[in-house]
Amino acid sequence: MDDGSELSLSVAHIVRRLKGSHLHAQIERRAKECLHQPEIRLDSLREDVRRFLRTSGWERQLQNAVYRELQVQRPPSHPAAPLEHLKEPLAYMRKAQACWEKRVLKSLNSMSAELGVPLARMRPAAEQKELTSKWNEMGTDEPDLTSFRPVFAPKDFLEVLISLRNPNYDSSEDVGVRSHWGLIQVPLDVRDIPQLRRAYAELNLTTGQLGIDDHAHIHPDLFENEYLQIGKKVVVEQDSAAAQQYSRQGCSTGLRADLWALILNSNNQPQDAMHYEQLTAGVVQHDLLVDSLIYKDVKLTASNDDYYFVFEDFLYQVLLCFSRDTAVLEHFKYNSATPPRSFVQGKGEDEECAVVYPPNGVIPFHGFSMYVAPLCFLYNEPSKLYSVFREMYIRYFFRLHSISSSSSGVVSLCLQFERLLQTHLPQLFYHLRQIGAQPLRIAFKWMVRAFSGYLSTDQLLLLWDRILGYDSLEIVAVLAAAVFAFRAENLMEVTSLGSAEKLVAVTPGKG
Amino acid sequence: MAGKVKWVTDIEKSVLINNFEKREWVQVTENDDWNFYWMSIQTIRNVFSVDTGYRLSDDQMVNHFPNHYELTRKDLMIKNIKRYRKELEKEGSPLAEKDENGKYNYLDFVPVTFMLPSDYNLFVEEYRKNPSSTWIMKPCGKAQGKGIFLINKLSQIKKWSRDSRTSTFVAASSGKEAYVISLYIDNPLLIGGKKFDLRLYVLVTTYRPLKCYMYKLGFCRFCTVKYTPSTSELDNMFVHLTNVAIQKHGDDYNHVHGGKWTVSNFRLYLESTRGKEVTSRLFDQIHWIMVQSLKAVAVNASPSLTSSTANDRILKYNLINDTLNIVAPNGDVPDCRWNRSPPREALGNYQVLYDEELQAQSDHGERDLRTRSGQSLGSKGTKGSAGARPPAATWK
Repeated sequence: MDDGSELSLSVAHIVRRLKGSHLHAQIERRAKECLHQPEIRLDSLREDVRRFLRTSGWERQLQNAVYRELQVQRPPSHPAAPLEHLKEPLAYMRKAQACWEKRVLKSLNSMSAELGVPLARMRPAAEQKELTSKWNEMGTDEPDLTSFRPVFAPKDFLEVLISLRNPNYDSSEDVGVRSHWGLIQVPLDVRDIPQLRRAYAELNLTTGQLGIDDHAHIHPDLFENEYLQIGKKVVVEQDSAAAQQYSRQGCSTGLRADLWALILNSNNQPQDAMHYEQLTAGVVQHDLLVDSLIYKDVKLTASNDDYYFVFEDFLYQVLLCFSRDTAVLEHFKYNSATPPRSFVQGKGEDEECAVVYPPNGVIPFHGFSMYVAPLCFLYNEPSKLYSVFREMYIRYFFRLHSISSSSSGVVSLCLQFERLLQTHLPQLFYHLRQIGAQPLRIAFKWMVRAFSGYLSTDQLLLLWDRILGYDSLEIVAVLAAAVFAFRAENLMEVTSLGSAEKLVAVTPGKG
Repeated sequence: MAGKVKWVTDIEKSVLINNFEKREWVQVTENDDWNFYWMSIQTIRNVFSVDTGYRLSDDQMVNHFPNHYELTRKDLMIKNIKRYRKELEKEGSPLAEKDENGKYNYLDFVPVTFMLPSDYNLFVEEYRKNPSSTWIMKPCGKAQGKGIFLINKLSQIKKWSRDSRTSTFVAASSGKEAYVISLYIDNPLLIGGKKFDLRLYVLVTTYRPLKCYMYKLGFCRFCTVKYTPSTSELDNMFVHLTNVAIQKHGDDYNHVHGGKWTVSNFRLYLESTRGKEVTSRLFDQIHWIMVQSLKAVAVNASPSLTSSTANDRILKYNLINDTLNIVAPNGDVPDCRWNRSPPREALGNYQVLYDEELQAQSDHGERDLRTRSGQSLGSKGTKGSAGARPPAATWK
């Protein structure tokens, strides 16, 4: 396929995505309005209108929207590629994901049957009224959640990943020193250190980094002051691509909220606020079984966290709405997962119809609320917080709990972590294997949460700066390996999985 | 300087005793020849009361200044601040400048406050200017949130009027007020919808010249219940008072984190949501208030040494440790002839809040005013050669 036709395919795809969008309508309206202005001349209409759109900032907004489309869903490289290839090109991965989904859904359905709690129910008027009045303090509610269990915990998911096999790959050829010592046994292509060095060039030792080169003992004129000025310019320019490039070296705390919003193209549109209002109305009207799962998760994780307990109520406000947001279904086009369908009572007595459940297609698991918690440090307005979280989820977080071959997917991250360790710390890896302490068993929970809850917030935000900056979760795997490298000397002395865990414990947020 | 420091305390707290023992100091009784006495408030009162006339010898050190009650009692604190402001005004100091509305430009850090019963009539006059306002009543001599309540009707405090026949306050002849009443600030900054306060530790080694240090690891204490200025919740102390002693008994009190945040979390949150400049200015103003209050002689003298969570225990242990390192460097027996400006490395988690001696060594006069809008503590200076930081010592 030649470059020209691939480009026109991309352009056609993006035009399709943006046509009819709110932005499109706004630009059209502005362009029509500007025709009244004296500097718009008939003989140079096209150039004049384009200039107008540029100077009034609309071109920049369009650029950001296009950039967003390119980031989120790469246009198909071939017009005949089946849709499922966009989700996941490898058949065995698709199969494994489908299997896993069935298990999770079954678990949810049996919980519903056992506890006699319906998947969804309409709230009676009195209950609706009460919830509305308590909307800002749902944390004070103490429903009895003892009988609810999380649908799965990260370690269950890990077992599934460990059992993944590529049926076309005969691994018996590779027995011995050259074989893989870790738990992941699928031959995905993950980048090694030389490749990572090239890809993450801005993270080399001679480039200034926020989080390192802005420490108290380093003179700010060496790096920090100028870098901050550049950051301010980027925010003024409102350029998504520039913000993303900038974020690679870290975001200054005062600018981070704006920069992330730019990168994610989450820009305070009134329709976002309206959409959020509609979602809250949905929460008031219906009670979902997954709501209880969310409550329990927040109570068990974020509420006990030194950093995030303050934001408990915000977490409910975001996650309950998230469950009901059908706009999230869009992302299943490029997610290997497929939204679960469940049967609910239809209109007639015997009728059961299949609906996506929960409405957003995402069943929350233990620790899910920790994806939202760190964002509470940046955004204190619920609809903005919601909008940023949703975008982060459909770009990155979904990959951490679905089975795919994506380089940012959790399978690749696990493999990359293990390979890095085996290549660069073979003695340590060998030792840990011998004592029954496979490193992945320790690091998995960090990676699934992108380290949320395992790093102090200021450090976590610096990590997420780079995830956004490089549009990849790879750095999470590298950090996990780095933690082991950091503790290598002491880890060589441990004799059990338990003591290894304790040694690398990165839990600053717990008492 | 041979000989170990001999210590006494009448407060049985492990954070204190562990620190003494780790320095291998020797425990003695108060009748012995002690060097270091960590006293409870009652003991301070007795030791330094006018009647006993006790004087410390050159090799003795205690943990409170004898005039500490000028700082602890809320009525004395108010009196001191008001008096300090008047003095500055009389001197014509630029610090005492006021704006067109008569508000102090630099010294407006206490809300309208009156002492009861002595200022009762003044209070009523002020109250009537805005009868829908809420006021907070605080007993002068108590701590930990005890006895505090809110009022929004004059009738609720009638019994503290001077002429009240049913008044139950301490007799006017003793000179002690019963309560202070302040305008309640009903639009506090909320985080996560909750009200919070700041618990910061300040060490004062000398008053003249003033040398004080602020512990960098202070914390915020959150109310467990969502804040609402609604009058129906005026009685709900869990909404309005942040003292741990009170919050501890609420349904939602969490023993893991104790409803507390470190000041650095707070700072990160503020910088992220409001920007760095605003946050720096806030901390500058907080430090400013501390120094001015000390100058007016106004600081709470007895922080709680009870630890409510594991993190808390660690913090207080380290706090005492750093404190002892400053006041008894090298673990030596105290000597009042010491030069009391410790080198920066010896500060531990303290940072210099204000050092009058160092201040006097450089240019004076306008300094106080300029520095107020200048850099915050611990931030970087622009002087100094590239690569070397100027010491984060005093206000420039």
